[in-house]
Amino acid sequence: MPDRILSHLRALEAESIHILREVAAEFERPVMLYSIGKDSSVMVRLAQKAFHPGPIPFPLLHVDTTYKFQEMTEFRDRFCAEIGVKLIVHTNRQAIDEGASPFRLGTQKCCGLLKTRALLDALSAGNFDAAFGGARRDEEKSRAKERVYSFRDAFGQWDPKNQRPELWSLYNSRLDKGESIRVFPLSNWTELDVWHYIHQESIPIVPLYFAKLRPMVVRGGAVIPMEHNMPLLPGEAPQMVMCRMRSLGCTYCTGAIRSEADTLPKIIEEMIQFRRSERENRVIDHDQEGSMEIKKREGYF
Amino acid sequence: MPVERLSPDLNPDAAEWLEATAQTELLRFTTAGSVDDGKSTLIGRLLYDSKGVYEDQLASVRKATRNLSTNGLDLSLLTDGLRAEREQGITIDVAYRYFSTPRRKFIIADTPGHEQYTRNMATGASTANLAVILIDARYGVLPQSRRHAFLATLLGIPHLVVAINKMDLMEFREDVFARIRDEFGRFVAQIEARDITYIPISALDGDNVVNRSPRTPWYEGPALLEHLETVPIARDLNLTDLRFPVQYVIRPNLDFRGFAGTLASGVIHKGDAITVLPSGRTSRVKSIVTWEGEIEEAFAPMSVAVCLEDEIDISRGDMLALPDNLPHAARRFDATVVWMNQKPLEPNRSYLIKQTTQVTQARVREIRYRIDVNTLEHQAARRLELNAIGVVSVEAQRPLLFDAYRKNRFTGSFILIDPITNETMGAGMILQAATPQGAAGPVTDGERRLARGHAPLAICLPPGQVELAWLLERRLFDHGYTVHVIRQPESLRQAVRTALGAGLIAIVAPAGPADWELLRQAVPADQLVRAENVQQGMEAVARLSRPEAPLTGGEGI
Repeated sequence: MPDRILSHLRALEAESIHILREVAAEFERPVMLYSIGKDSSVMVRLAQKAFHPGPIPFPLLHVDTTYKFQEMTEFRDRFCAEIGVKLIVHTNRQAIDEGASPFRLGTQKCCGLLKTRALLDALSAGNFDAAFGGARRDEEKSRAKERVYSFRDAFGQWDPKNQRPELWSLYNSRLDKGESIRVFPLSNWTELDVWHYIHQESIPIVPLYFAKLRPMVVRGGAVIPMEHNMPLLPGEAPQMVMCRMRSLGCTYCTGAIRSEADTLPKIIEEMIQFRRSERENRVIDHDQEGSMEIKKREGYF
Repeated sequence: MPVERLSPDLNPDAAEWLEATAQTELLRFTTAGSVDDGKSTLIGRLLYDSKGVYEDQLASVRKATRNLSTNGLDLSLLTDGLRAEREQGITIDVAYRYFSTPRRKFIIADTPGHEQYTRNMATGASTANLAVILIDARYGVLPQSRRHAFLATLLGIPHLVVAINKMDLMEFREDVFARIRDEFGRFVAQIEARDITYIPISALDGDNVVNRSPRTPWYEGPALLEHLETVPIARDLNLTDLRFPVQYVIRPNLDFRGFAGTLASGVIHKGDAITVLPSGRTSRVKSIVTWEGEIEEAFAPMSVAVCLEDEIDISRGDMLALPDNLPHAARRFDATVVWMNQKPLEPNRSYLIKQTTQVTQARVREIRYRIDVNTLEHQAARRLELNAIGVVSVEAQRPLLFDAYRKNRFTGSFILIDPITNETMGAGMILQAATPQGAAGPVTDGERRLARGHAPLAICLPPGQVELAWLLERRLFDHGYTVHVIRQPESLRQAVRTALGAGLIAIVAPAGPADWELLRQAVPADQLVRAENVQQGMEAVARLSRPEAPLTGGEGI
């Protein structure tokens, strides 16, 4: 008789599917935050698996800051149409009309308006009581203790002192009116697991993850994409750099890494060699001491 | 000692690596220890040596390193967030960490040793395959080492590793190791721990952590990591008893009805005859559906969808099992409970119970005894405080489908939720279905009080206050009382007597002032109160003496 034991990816997959179904069964209006990044791609695939052969029984929500890469928006629209899922795109129009931009406001304030505020508005507009996010515990120190079900008060805020213990796979889904939860089905996945799974399952991802010659600005140690008319400093000029994105956000805040990895196995090989935490290249996580903790308290994912 | 890298070589053939790691298993383990016994250093070393640490994190450790260890890094800083957390006022809590080797992927549930240890350890232990218990070789077996072993065993962790640390400070002496091993062995004999491995280590220097150390030539066992990579876990899963709690019904069209769920235990095959609980109806497995296509069999802990041959009404909370191997179906059972909230567990308070995919109301009828986690003594108790462990008898409103926890960690576990605050109050592990009490004859008032959790009471509101009656009824009901509003009865006297006889709380909004006199003559004085508003009604009910369950305890489990 064959040993009946799941590989680690299959075990993670089964756990994530269990979480997705549990939320769909116990909450009235779930929604899945869709950031177009690789983790979102994996999360959507897991949702397809969880409800197969039925459709995904909740919409995807993309908070569009309008400072995303062109390639991301194209990918999003094509991908969502192909798999037949309902997509809600939400933008903080008012802030944009009033001139919010990372170049003018600085990244902290910009992120607060175009991401955190916009997300909270979109969740309350849709009356959503549960929102899936693709965050993983290995991403950042403050996330190592995050629950799978993360509770938010009526203002969408996270109280680190008041989170419920989670045992076995028994999740407490009780909420009062106006409260909501964020759910992280990928909690136990590592970055390497995500890439491994994308490879194993042939999951489509945005081409920006693959190395290519791209027009970039090199500023200090950072390699910044030339999009959205990024203002140049005196003496700067765009140059073609062989690079790829390790994580995707807004163009200005997503630093690229110099890389020649243009296939999945090469990306994985690169990961095994250079173990830098992926958020290191993100400008926003470093702009203030303990900044992820602060953003989470305010309602950011 | 040089740091050795475990992960694939610096220039791996990625395709080969992918193939090799496609079949790696997942091992979840907990670590328990107090601040100074080297737990953070040990975890830091495992992460560091297996390259589970990112370069930028290492750089910050290099910057912050104060006490230099042999290789110039204070590895404990990789995981030691405790101080920072205290300053920020964050709950000291379970932190999850990840690393992998070519053989296995590991999830560490890292629990602090001191504060909230019971609650946190129980949380981390609930999903673990293995527990690493750290003992400082200088001090030997401490009360907390026993506590950790007890909790690990209570939560059903199949494998224990006792890592006897700081052997470098004891000249790596065999007699030190042997003395601690023997003392610990005598203790665990009492708690039925299963598989125990003792390893002499130095987390600081790396001896017997990743590689066997030349400094312990007398030790013939594996290094810690070697043990973690090879301890057989395939057999830990219960693949005997099929338990498939239905989680969600997938019904995209009239031709397809799939029951989605995660196998709690056992194996299910296409064509199997199965019984659906609680209805008891039987059918056959028509297909097992996954995104990849239909499969012939599924085993725990896979998440699949099952279609049956027959049209049976099945919903979330139901369970599929084999006809000759069914779980218990009962409302009453005994369980060991770990209490996790400031508000203590009190008998007869109403809670929500979540077990597999069912949620219903439940009450603790009786605390049989509290277990002292240091001495394992059984003590009589009227309540269980935060971090207390006790054996209780539980009564659920509907029958639950369960197995004893020691046979099945997934159908034998539950959580208790406060219906008002929604907090998770406690975690339970079912021991067995309660034996019937053996009483005969008519049900007595005392039995009724015990079952309902309160004495009967008639609450008389001001005449005509019907809205108030509904408000009060709702409040009481939500607090778990059995309550009923008596409206325009043919005979008020008769209706109130019947309600009180059945042990209910009856709310009366009388038609006129004369009714109060009538009630005073019909009902014993201690079962009748007047209330002007919801607050007064709630207070009157709170004054009702809660029946004290008889105090027992001190006997064996």
